[in-house]
Formats: sequence, structure tokens, C-alpha cells
Amino acid sequence: MTTTGATLEHVFREEYGRVVASVIGQVGDFELAEDAVQDAVAAALTTWPRTGLPSNPGAWLTTTARRKAIDRLRRAANFARKQEELAYLVELDRRASEEAEPDVAITLSDDRLRLIFTCCHPALALEARVALTLKTLGGLTTDEIARAFLVTEAAMAQRMVRAKRKIRDAGIPYRVPSDDQLPDRLGGVLAVVYLIFNEGYAATSGAAVVRRELSTEAIRLGRLLCRLMPDEPEALGLTALMMLHDSRRDAREAGGRVVLLDDQDRSLWDREQIAAAFELLEAALRRGRRGPYQVQAEIAAVHAGASTPTDTDWARIVSLYDDLMALVPSPVVALNRAVAVAMERGPEAGLAAVDALSNRLDGYRHFHAARADLLRRLHQKDEAAVAYRRALELSANDAERAFLEGRLAEIGAETPAM
Amino acid sequence: MKYALLIYGSEAEYPAPDSAESREIFEAYMAFTNEISEAGINLGGEALQDTQTATTVRVRDGETLTTDGPFAETKEQLGGFYLIDAPDLDAAIDVAARLPGSWVGSVEIRPVWEWDPSG
Repeated sequence: MTTTGATLEHVFREEYGRVVASVIGQVGDFELAEDAVQDAVAAALTTWPRTGLPSNPGAWLTTTARRKAIDRLRRAANFARKQEELAYLVELDRRASEEAEPDVAITLSDDRLRLIFTCCHPALALEARVALTLKTLGGLTTDEIARAFLVTEAAMAQRMVRAKRKIRDAGIPYRVPSDDQLPDRLGGVLAVVYLIFNEGYAATSGAAVVRRELSTEAIRLGRLLCRLMPDEPEALGLTALMMLHDSRRDAREAGGRVVLLDDQDRSLWDREQIAAAFELLEAALRRGRRGPYQVQAEIAAVHAGASTPTDTDWARIVSLYDDLMALVPSPVVALNRAVAVAMERGPEAGLAAVDALSNRLDGYRHFHAARADLLRRLHQKDEAAVAYRRALELSANDAERAFLEGRLAEIGAETPAM
Repeated sequence: MKYALLIYGSEAEYPAPDSAESREIFEAYMAFTNEISEAGINLGGEALQDTQTATTVRVRDGETLTTDGPFAETKEQLGGFYLIDAPDLDAAIDVAARLPGSWVGSVEIRPVWEWDPSG
């Protein structure tokens, strides 16, 4: 195998998350583990060009990092607590070299699963959970994460340092939660992954290219969770949902303007990704424990399965929204249901359902946009214009604003000056 | 690890001392204390009298300044604490969730500095 710079970079990117996860598991300290892995990478950069790539670069990096951690602890071993860690690590290293590497693949996947739960621990601030997950499991650099969330690299680095210190000092454990905590905690992990996806997909702001990476990364994390917890149907459901949304990526924007589902060129949808998502969703539903992500994926699947908008089984979508309402009653779900009702039974029925939500959703831009659209279809131009303007007032997303302004022009009304 | 569980609640909403509700709360605390003592993780703890009895002391430039009341006026006041031994934060969260104070007010979990005697 060659050891060009590009090959090495590829190896590091592939292996980094797994190696860090494994070393954190062994040394029990994020900062020490990351520093030790950096040391190991530096060692690899000088060793591998001479010796060639080892047969298992991940195992090589893990072993080297563990020894680098021992070196670092020796240098700092003036506390009894560190002495204990040191003795433990030296013992671990002795056993590891005696037994050669045991089943590396299994140990590594366990390590990563534990690490996901640590990074997404509810005792950490939500932004810190997102950043740590992307850095430690996604292998994104601090700079990449900072750009995606529109903060300086220094601010993002500071945020991560604080989070890692809290993990260490507050004793946030490095393990898969006990059975009674698992449902809550898994929900928290899935929420972080979905948040990362939506940051990339429904960009509220930021540069498009970096954003796209976030969605791709979220799907990769989702697939990782599916592999690590194949019996958790909501992990499968969430991953299917993200893949179904993502399959429409190339069709949902044209010339800087949002293109609604009905108007999208369906030949641009990624059929391969849709097929893969269907498989995941079926596997999830076979478990017989339906949850909100699975139902949302089922809704997205109905759309994905329709070759034209008129082909869509709207009655099925309304009934799936009823199921979703039963699981997570929320006015936003009710709004989506109302839009589906309009498609099934006509704009008048839809408008009645939308209007019933007015006092709860008055500050929500999609409420006014949906209402405006129904009024437009009912030819109530003046009222439609009022609703479009209200939606514009509430929107800060350029592509969305361009769409709303376009609709205002279509019904012959002027865009308000901002 | 050692954790302090700091119990905050609104004194204004405490039930009258001799009410049935007050006795219920007292019993719940007794049950909790027994439970953690039996588990061998109770390192101590106390209930505090209310903030009307509090005195705050500051020494500045060698002068002792004594004022009536707690160090800050807040909506919820520190009403007591436990010191527990727990392997990690998840275990401490489990204990805090069983503490009667967390059902009405809030329980703040703070890891305790553990000084190394050999350091």
C-alpha cells in the first residue's frame, strides 16, 4: 500500500473517531485521549512512510496512543489519582501486548456507542453536545464545526474545552445507560443527530457547502447508530427519515429559491437513496414498536413513492399524521396534517383546519405561508397577500423569502419594503 | 466520586409546620435518608432553617461586615443538602431524582473537590 499524504489523510479521517473513542474508553479522559491520539498520528507520520502502512492502522494508532497516554501520565504523575490511572493503563498495555489485539472490531464499536452517549449527555449544553458529537464521532475539525455554526474557531474550541472538562470533573460516565435510562437517553442522542441534519438541510443561515456536509454527517451518524443498536426501531426510523429528506436535495432549490414538494422535478430525486431508506424503514416497522421518527419516515415514504403530486395517497398521509398526533401532539404536526387535509379534501377543508390553529401558531412563519397558499387557491387574493406578507415578516432565510416574494408577485400584490 | 445534592425550593410555598402535608414531606425525606444510608452512599446532610434566620458575613479591609438575610435574594432558596458517594454523574442523577426536593423544587448536583493528601 502507498503512504502518500492523501492516503494518510484518508486513513486518519476514517480511523480518527474510532481510535479516539477506544482510547477515551481506556484512559477515561477526553483531553488526555485526544492529545495522545494526536501524538500517535504524529508518530505515524514519521514511521509509516518508512515502514509502509500497518495491516490494521486503527489498531496501530490505538496501541501507540495508549502508550503515549502512559508517557503523558508519567510526566504529570504527581497526584495519587493519576498514579492509579497510570498503573491501570500499564497493566492494560501489558495484557494487550500479551494477547495481541483481541477482537478489535467488536471492542471499537462498543467504544463508539458508549462515546455517543457521553457526547450527547443531557448534563451538557445542547450546542456542546452537537459540537462534541461532530468532532469526536464525525471527525470534523474544530474549524469546520465553527464555520457550520457561524462562530469563530476560538469560540468553538473554548466551548469544547469547557464541555470536556465538565465530562471529566462532573463524572459524566462513559457507558451505555442502564435499561431504565436508555429510552430517554437514546431519544436525546437521536435528537442531537436530527438537529445536526436539520442544520444542514433546513439551513436557517450559513454557507451552503458546509451545511451540506452536516446533513451527510448526520446520515452517517444515523447509519452508525443503526449498526450499533440494530434493535432500536427509532434509530432506523430516524435514519430512513433523514435519507428520504436528503434524497430530494437536488430538487428542492432552484436559482436560490425554495421549490415546494409539488413543484419539484421528481427525476432529480435520488432513487438509490430512497430504496435504501425504504429498506431501513421496513426493518424498523418489523420491530413492532412504532415511534415518531418512524411515522415521519412513513409520511416521507408516501411522497417518495408517488411519481407525480396527484399520484400521492393523501388519505394515507392524513391518517399517518393522525398517528403522529397521537404520539406527539403538537400544533406544528397539526398544521402539517391540515395541509394534507387540503390536498385530500380541497382547500376549503384545509383552510378550516389551518384557521383552527391560529391562536397557537401566530408567530410561526410556516403557518402564515400555508394559510396564504390555501387562500390563493381559493382566489381570495387580498387575504392571501396579507398572509404572505406576515410570513415574509417572520422569515430570515433568503431562499424562502425569494419564494414568498415570488408568490406575492404572482397574485399581483407588492412586496412590502423591509 | 463525592457529590453534593443542594436542595432548592420556594420558602413561600412551604406547607405549615404542623400540617399533614408537612408530615408527609418529612416522612418522604426520612424514607429517602434511610434508603441511601442502607445503600451505604450517605455521607451526611442537613435541613436548613429558613432564610429569615440567615446572616451573611463579609470581611473587607480587615473589617467584618454582618448583614441580615441570605447572600442574595432569589425565588428559590437553599433549604438543605446531602453529601453522597456515587460512581458517576448518572448514578448521582438517579439519587437526585429520588430526593423528595426534586419533585417540587430543584436539586443541583455539584461534584465535590477531592483533595489529594499526598499531592
